[in-house]
Amino acid sequence: MATLDINGKGVDVEASPDTPLLWVLRDHLGMTGTKFGCGMALCGACTVYLDGTPTRSCITPLAALAGKKITTIEGLDGKVAKAVQAAWDRIDVPQCGYCQSGQVLAAAALLTKNPHPSDADIDTAMSGNVCRCGTYQRIRAAIHDAAKSLGA
Amino acid sequence: MNAASISRRKFLETSALVGGGLIVGLILPSHGLLAKAAAGDAKPVQANAWVRIAPDDTITLICHRNEMGQDVHTSLALLIAEELEVDVDKVKIEQAPVDPVYVNALLGAQITGGSTSVRDAWTKLREAGATARIQIVAAAANEWKVAATDCVAKDGAVSHGDKRKRYGELAAAAAKLPAPAKVELKTPAQFTQIGKHQHRLDAPAKARGKAIFGIDASQPGMVYASLEQCPVIGGKVASVDDAKAKAMPGVRAVVNIGEGVAVVADHYWNAKKAREALAITWDYGPGAGLDNAKIEATLKEGAKQDGSVIRKQGDVEAALKTAAKKIDAEYRLQLLAHATLEPMNCLALVSDAGCDIWTSTQFPQGAQGAAAARSGVPAAKVRIFPQFIGGGFGRRLDVDFIGQAAAIAKAMPGTPVKLIWTREDDTRNDFYRPASYHALSGGLDAKGDLVAFDYKFASASVTNRMFPGVTKAGLDPLMTEGAIDLTYDIANERQRVVIQEFGLRVGYWRSVSHALNAFAIEGFIDELAHAAGKDPVAFRVALLGKQPRQRAVLERVAKEAGWGRKLPAGSAQGIASMESYGTHQAVVADISKTANGAIRIDKLTYAVDPGIAVHPDQVIAQIQGGAVSGLINTLSAKITLKDGRVVQSNFHDFQLPRMNQMPKIDVVLMPSGDNPGGMGEVGVPLVAPAIANAVFALTGQRVRTLPLADAKLSFA
Repeated sequence: MATLDINGKGVDVEASPDTPLLWVLRDHLGMTGTKFGCGMALCGACTVYLDGTPTRSCITPLAALAGKKITTIEGLDGKVAKAVQAAWDRIDVPQCGYCQSGQVLAAAALLTKNPHPSDADIDTAMSGNVCRCGTYQRIRAAIHDAAKSLGA
Repeated sequence: MNAASISRRKFLETSALVGGGLIVGLILPSHGLLAKAAAGDAKPVQANAWVRIAPDDTITLICHRNEMGQDVHTSLALLIAEELEVDVDKVKIEQAPVDPVYVNALLGAQITGGSTSVRDAWTKLREAGATARIQIVAAAANEWKVAATDCVAKDGAVSHGDKRKRYGELAAAAAKLPAPAKVELKTPAQFTQIGKHQHRLDAPAKARGKAIFGIDASQPGMVYASLEQCPVIGGKVASVDDAKAKAMPGVRAVVNIGEGVAVVADHYWNAKKAREALAITWDYGPGAGLDNAKIEATLKEGAKQDGSVIRKQGDVEAALKTAAKKIDAEYRLQLLAHATLEPMNCLALVSDAGCDIWTSTQFPQGAQGAAAARSGVPAAKVRIFPQFIGGGFGRRLDVDFIGQAAAIAKAMPGTPVKLIWTREDDTRNDFYRPASYHALSGGLDAKGDLVAFDYKFASASVTNRMFPGVTKAGLDPLMTEGAIDLTYDIANERQRVVIQEFGLRVGYWRSVSHALNAFAIEGFIDELAHAAGKDPVAFRVALLGKQPRQRAVLERVAKEAGWGRKLPAGSAQGIASMESYGTHQAVVADISKTANGAIRIDKLTYAVDPGIAVHPDQVIAQIQGGAVSGLINTLSAKITLKDGRVVQSNFHDFQLPRMNQMPKIDVVLMPSGDNPGGMGEVGVPLVAPAIANAVFALTGQRVRTLPLADAKLSFA
């Protein structure tokens, strides 16, 4: 039995220690906002925060989570996150939507660290997150829009 | 089929499937359910198969097309909302089950594909909305003893003078009235929502992780399956030693389903690990020796056949002989995977009640057939619950994974089993975008005008495999697209299509043959323009005398992109132009050479005449997204085979464009006419020829094969 700190709550999980966090969330805990895309940290669909840092949950085993604060799309909150999601709404970013949990988490992490990202900063921060539908142009616009709305 | 022609039997079946909650329905008297409504029966009924109005004013569209990002939910809701006089954001969406009512009249089956959703629904959903509105207004007029024509329906309520009632208050009374004899629809000038900016209904949920995709579906007591499939597509299990796998934690069953062996376990990770412990020997079958060189040779040889003539004008052979200048070329395109971000998956439950399927599918009717065939449950007892689709692009027109889940669940009656493919499974067990071979000849007269065009296209037929009845006299109609609708007027012309199978299963890939034919034809037209010493835009415009809409988008894109202006050193532009799905478009690609010699795609400029743009912002989104599918086709992605096995496995070796590679995409919409054209696939096919033509302008290298990276080009 492992006890995880997920979205500010203590959660007990019974799973083998090599189980990736992605499947702990999706399968053991029924938290399906975090998506499975590649299983090799190549697409970013499974992005969560570990202690505030975007992390690929598909390659992060349960055994590596002791003492870590895990934040998923379900628990994403705060001024920056709300601004990001509001910008996503204004610009109608999603198409199929499957990658968008990861995109939103990556964008909120970027804006938390860097309130004025340039296009080059956005390239660096967001290029790990694949969008097969091709919403990239709107993701970029929404990040700039969120930055503006935060007034920073 | 329109709303009023739905039979009572179908109505009842549909109603029973989708009903729920305390809804008093508005029903069409033609359905013969008057008595039930008149008796105040609280049993849920619905207006017709498309729209339901509840006493609390909830308006529900029973959406018969599947949402995979292309915006059908909002676009189709707009059709209802416009005529019903309610704001589209008040419309709730419920996904339709399988029912003949929902057959796509343009495709002949319950399919979401072919850029047909809006075109197919354009009249019938507006009629459904108008029918509901007319009866609600009539109910109000009766109650107030005034003329219906003096009542106003707006914002979900009917008013007359100072009297006002909400639709929900009138629905039950409206249900008792006779159906309108005639339904008059608004003219485009009267639209208040169609053609205006709207937000997507599904966007907020998708930005918050709340949309439920097939892979997210859940049932009590659900277990997971991971399936090891034969490394050669089409091969079979010869034998399996599952002793080790069965002894692993959480394993409930090992099921041999013929094309592979599934391990079923309490949790996904346990299923996947135990799958790796299977020892399987395979009968690889006839595909074991296949590789790309063989496929290419087969296509080139196959192209020697006459094939089917799909377009003919004048005498092309004579004209080529007498042409002042004749050029010939061969073009080729690669195999591609669909690479939807949501890997194939399906949740199946086989029980005494039948077979229930929760999945992401573009083809619910086919899903029902596949589940029936492999579960042994009659199709009438197979229920399909379509979920949000995490990317379709044509992959989810195929239902192989649904049949597999049903076959596995059949071995575990009463237990819901969710089959989830890995990314590697997904890449290696696709129905691939077919490779193709194109042979072209063109003749110019002494003035440099195009007087002869001879075209032959050879490829495997997806339709032959999926819908063999549709292929007639050796011609697959879907292989003609992007060619038969050529907009250029050429005095002597012949187009031929050859079906040449090459031993690998192929599938519909967003824009299907448009992308294949457009790359060859628009590249070759560019070659002819240069051979004639003419500007590629002017050369095309001269061939569009009978095509005002096509000429308009071509001239507009040239203007928007600044075609013909002096470009900075190391930069170039390329153009391409076509009609597809009833939509006209032209594209300019701006590219440049970086310091290290790589090519950067700086900008794609589209001018698009989609007829009526029902949801213009999402028409633009479809072009932006289609451009990215077009870049997959263009830059470096390809599927290769070695000894019949797909070499690529995941996103490191089947690369999708990323944020840092994205060009700017400018879209100019030029709506015209009275009907919408198709939009979901339009953005794809011109990306490759526009970029290849720009590469020629930049480097002098004419690339006639995709992906461009195979021609030793590298991309920044």
